[in-house]
Amino acid sequence: MKFETAEGTNPIDRMKVIGRAHDRVDGPLKTSGLAPYAYEQKGLENVAYGYIVGSSVAKGRITRIDTAAAKAAPGVIAIVTAADAGKLGKGKNNTAKLLAGPEVEHYHQAVAVVVAETFEQARAAASLVRVDYARVKGRFDLAEELKTAPLVGGSGGPNSSAPPIDRVGKFEEAFAAAPVKLDAAYHTPDHTHAMMEPHASIAAWKGDELTLWTSNQMIAWSKRDIALTLNMPLEKVRLISPYVGGGFGGKLFVRADAIMAALGAKAAKRPVKVALPRPFITNNTTHRPATHQRIRLGANTDGTITAIAHESGSGDLPDGGPETAVQQTKLLYAGANRMTAMRLAVLDLPEGNAMRAPGEAPGMMALEIAMDEMAEKLGMDPVEFRIRNDTQVDPEKPQRQFSQRQLVRCLQEGATRFGWSKRNAKPAQVRDGQWLVGMGVAAAFRNHISTKSAARVRLGRDETVTIETDMTDIGTGSYTIIAQTAGEMLGVPAEAVVVKLGDSAFPASAGSGGQWGAANATAGVYAACVKLREQVAQRLGFNSADVVFDAGQVTSGNRSAALREAAAAGELVAEDHIEFGKLGEEWQLSTFGAHFVEVGVNAYTGVSRIRRMLAVCAAGRILNPKAARSQVIGAMTMGVGSALMEELAVDKRFGFFVNHDLASYEVPVHADIPHQEVVFLDEADDKANPMKAKGVGELGMCGVGAAVANALYNATGARVRDYPITLDKYLDKLPDVA
Amino acid sequence: MKAFTYERASDPAAAARIVAAKPGAKFIAGGTNLLDLMKIEVETPVHLVDVQDLDLQRIENTDGGGLRIGALVSNTQLAADERVRRDYGVLTRATVAGASGQLRNKASTAGNLLQRTRCPYFYDTNMPCNKRKPGTGCGAIGGYSRQLAVIGGSDKCIATFPGDMPVALRVLDAVVETINGQGQRRSIPIADFHRLWGDRPEQDTVLKPGELITHVVLPRPLGGKHFYEKVRDRASYAFALVSVAAVIQPDGTGRVAFGGVAPKPWRVPEAEALLPRGAAAVTARAFQGATPTSDNAFKLPLATRALVSVIAQAKA
Amino acid sequence: MSDFLEPGVSRRGLIAGSVASVAVANTPARSVAQPTTKASEAPMMPVRFTVNGQQHSLSLDTRTTLLDALREHLHLTGTKKGCDHGQCGACTVLVDGQRINACLSLAVMHEGDEITTIEGLGTPDKLHPMQAAFVKHDGYQCGYCTPGQICSAVAVLEEIRAGIPSHVQTDVAGKPKFTAAEMRERMSGNICRCGAYSNIAEAMIEVAGAKA
Repeated sequence: MKFETAEGTNPIDRMKVIGRAHDRVDGPLKTSGLAPYAYEQKGLENVAYGYIVGSSVAKGRITRIDTAAAKAAPGVIAIVTAADAGKLGKGKNNTAKLLAGPEVEHYHQAVAVVVAETFEQARAAASLVRVDYARVKGRFDLAEELKTAPLVGGSGGPNSSAPPIDRVGKFEEAFAAAPVKLDAAYHTPDHTHAMMEPHASIAAWKGDELTLWTSNQMIAWSKRDIALTLNMPLEKVRLISPYVGGGFGGKLFVRADAIMAALGAKAAKRPVKVALPRPFITNNTTHRPATHQRIRLGANTDGTITAIAHESGSGDLPDGGPETAVQQTKLLYAGANRMTAMRLAVLDLPEGNAMRAPGEAPGMMALEIAMDEMAEKLGMDPVEFRIRNDTQVDPEKPQRQFSQRQLVRCLQEGATRFGWSKRNAKPAQVRDGQWLVGMGVAAAFRNHISTKSAARVRLGRDETVTIETDMTDIGTGSYTIIAQTAGEMLGVPAEAVVVKLGDSAFPASAGSGGQWGAANATAGVYAACVKLREQVAQRLGFNSADVVFDAGQVTSGNRSAALREAAAAGELVAEDHIEFGKLGEEWQLSTFGAHFVEVGVNAYTGVSRIRRMLAVCAAGRILNPKAARSQVIGAMTMGVGSALMEELAVDKRFGFFVNHDLASYEVPVHADIPHQEVVFLDEADDKANPMKAKGVGELGMCGVGAAVANALYNATGARVRDYPITLDKYLDKLPDVA
Repeated sequence: MKAFTYERASDPAAAARIVAAKPGAKFIAGGTNLLDLMKIEVETPVHLVDVQDLDLQRIENTDGGGLRIGALVSNTQLAADERVRRDYGVLTRATVAGASGQLRNKASTAGNLLQRTRCPYFYDTNMPCNKRKPGTGCGAIGGYSRQLAVIGGSDKCIATFPGDMPVALRVLDAVVETINGQGQRRSIPIADFHRLWGDRPEQDTVLKPGELITHVVLPRPLGGKHFYEKVRDRASYAFALVSVAAVIQPDGTGRVAFGGVAPKPWRVPEAEALLPRGAAAVTARAFQGATPTSDNAFKLPLATRALVSVIAQAKA
Repeated sequence: MSDFLEPGVSRRGLIAGSVASVAVANTPARSVAQPTTKASEAPMMPVRFTVNGQQHSLSLDTRTTLLDALREHLHLTGTKKGCDHGQCGACTVLVDGQRINACLSLAVMHEGDEITTIEGLGTPDKLHPMQAAFVKHDGYQCGYCTPGQICSAVAVLEEIRAGIPSHVQTDVAGKPKFTAAEMRERMSGNICRCGAYSNIAEAMIEVAGAKA
């Protein structure tokens, strides 16, 4: 099914099953511990354990690997290094190789896997592998490298000769002429995903065919990249990933656990399971790159923005990419004169890559502080300032309208519900005992991405509806919203739908990433169900145009038949995909929201505490308000982490992230998070897809960090532009207590 | 984790004897810190003597009006004891400010005193660390040192003692009782128990090989108001940036010790005597000669502010 | 000594010939003084304990943690390995009624113990009230920390009932109450990166209320 024109009325609009706050269909399995994650697949015989040896230097060359002691260790079956792995390729989505040798590209890059009978033996033997390196000088200091880093990106595209700076109007002149100006620098640090399930895989070979049970968000991408890395035909690779214990972008790609399990299994001639140890994950896998950003805003005294510029610099390994932190600034606010640009430095730190809301998460952390600062300079309320500069068209291409844009309503609705009018605009005025109290606001913005997604639907003779797609559920609720979608389409309850996910033997879906999963994957299921409905109608002898599927009955005019009758003569199977025409070019598809946060800061110790949080979101049709709300509160929680505590500390001498475990890289705990409120505006975006849905999982993270920062400023009068906003950065600005 | 043999001891002196006699042998009680470090081979014992069956699990009244806490009393049991909650509030407060509910159920009183530093260079065996591997250098000096010591370190090591409960024990002038393989007992004032690093950062405490902690004795209650103000980046389940254990009397005098700032719970009697003159006077004296890094210099004003908070609460 | 490390590394911090040498071994600190030794065979030891009411006799490598005994030997994979270092709480189980991190405990130390894992609390057909409340309040997303959260939540309500004090109690000599603040503090040893905290607190409050 190709989606080319705005959607009219369709069966999804009935919202009898979809659009309802349904409990997760996988809930009983997850809460009773029976949902099988990658490392937990049962029924495999003779599984051995692999343990990865990581590089102890950040950059250099392996001069010698001595595996003799490890090979002689109890229980050891095989050891694989680059020297005996055969010729390996590299996945399209990998920047650094997953097995180093002879070159080492980053700290903790895998250099060997030791396979043994037991986990304990493999782990002990791994430490006996002796590797000698010739270390070479690396580049680890982002600020230093950015001084000479080239511009990258821009709208010209990769092979364009257009300068990699996007401009509209004459920014410099307009900025110079603006009566009110802001020119400020912001910094966001490197972040690690810290999903609770470590990267893990079990590999099993049958002849030249490989099956990998692995924890992965994107089955089709990763199947391709495994074939590329292991130099094997695509059809010989099967990936199975029914449950994923969190990903946040960290499991978009094939990582060392999968490749080393496959190589280890080949060498051991047995299935091998590999999980990345927690202290190894941070430097071995990918992370969200740090950014240095500069934002300039110029406005008239009435608050109209006349000039807006956003520049961002980040770093990555050679051939890596930038953190696209300027993305939202192209679209979020009006302004006739605009400029965005990015610089990319080469760093020899571990690979930078996507983490929840790449680009917008760090970009909004900066832009939305800048908006708060500018509002104060203008003497305007920050909600009012944002509303003043709303735009209903793409500011760079004014002929393009937003398909839907209710940013203003999000801000207004949020302000009312949060009691924004009670905020004292002057900082450091409100006190509750020993706590300085402040409120902050930020807009939320994240683009919607349309991408092809396929599914298969079966109607069994016993009336069971089964959906098969390689879509993954990484906590997003895919199982549930797919069951709801099929239920709505076929007139059965969600409970009557069996959803099978995460298997590369199934039709390829959009996968889970970029908050595109829910809308696209369900649209693919919708397409398959439309096909199945036609088959059902045909079997039952109905004219398919006006058939209604409801409560297990298929009705056309005054004729009605049980759905089960359609499959009485044999199972019906339909497969289709959703693909997209040019609507997404004609219209700008984005999601919007507003975050409101109240923060308390201890006047003595500077300790900060979030007291209240509210998000109002406008993101198209909400497929399951319960699961969607969870996505948003989860994103808000991660946003609190990035605002207040999360930072990978870089050791610029040795070239690694120092705090590489969950004790030293602090993420929010229960005690950090108060009750969170989420409101979804009633929307259905007919230009997005037949589901009229967009995503929320990343929207909830975009802007919330800045709302925290702005609230902390309002509480204390201390403006911190360098995340995370830990107390050491504002202690000296708190009221004197001694 | 290196291979090790394991046995369960039934008698304190016998346990001490085994560990003293066998190079590379260690005691294990709760295991919450030792196993953590064994997994990454920072600790590599060849033999573990499990002391969980020893009769060191009770909190008894002493003739001197204090309490004698068995070495194996769990953090939870200690914090919840009616006598401790009533008479030694600072100890309950410090104990429940540490770790998590799960860890406190397992962690023992003795083990808490023996916690090793959380310095990230100590934890990464690829990095130089004089404490982990004498003579290799200190990765933290000139590296990432936000959590590390501002005072009491040396040019070999700037690690901090990470615990909370011992900071309260320091304020209470607790005494650590031990036994050795010959059955000899000794009492070590808490002030002397933890070492400053000097030239031998590998040695955390004054315990001799095979010397087993049997009890921690609390002198009679001090009265006054009890506080444990712990400042950290997140609200719970995190090590202190700075903590303040204090017992403040109605007349404004009292005792105070700081955590998260030094190789040991940091208490300076001459500084404490300045309590009636306010927090700034106390910390100026307590941190005289401090050598913070640019990463952790904030701990000095933070310690003052945390103590101001405690004094304000005491007056309230 | 290589020149490039010099400017960044404090001289007093690093001694010559350690990590700053041109060729460094994978584990330099260890390999300097202790050339690779042959690994010794790990002893196996018998251990007996009860899991979810069922007696088990195992012969285990002494290094096996309680967590790996449950997951890899008894195939009770509901108890999760999130960090293996006591930093996340995903491995929380109940031992003789108390919650602990199964990753930081050796299996052989649990001779005679009674262990309850998530599988022992309830089954999909017959969920424990806390499991049912997590489903109702959507107190989870990816589900990986969930068994640990639920085991912890069950224990937390017992701990409050038993009067065990917490960091957020104003008067530690008094009795703790079933408040959201208490639950949040006591649950803080269970990290949920999906960020279901707000919903978990509500699930717990419901169960506490229903029981009270």
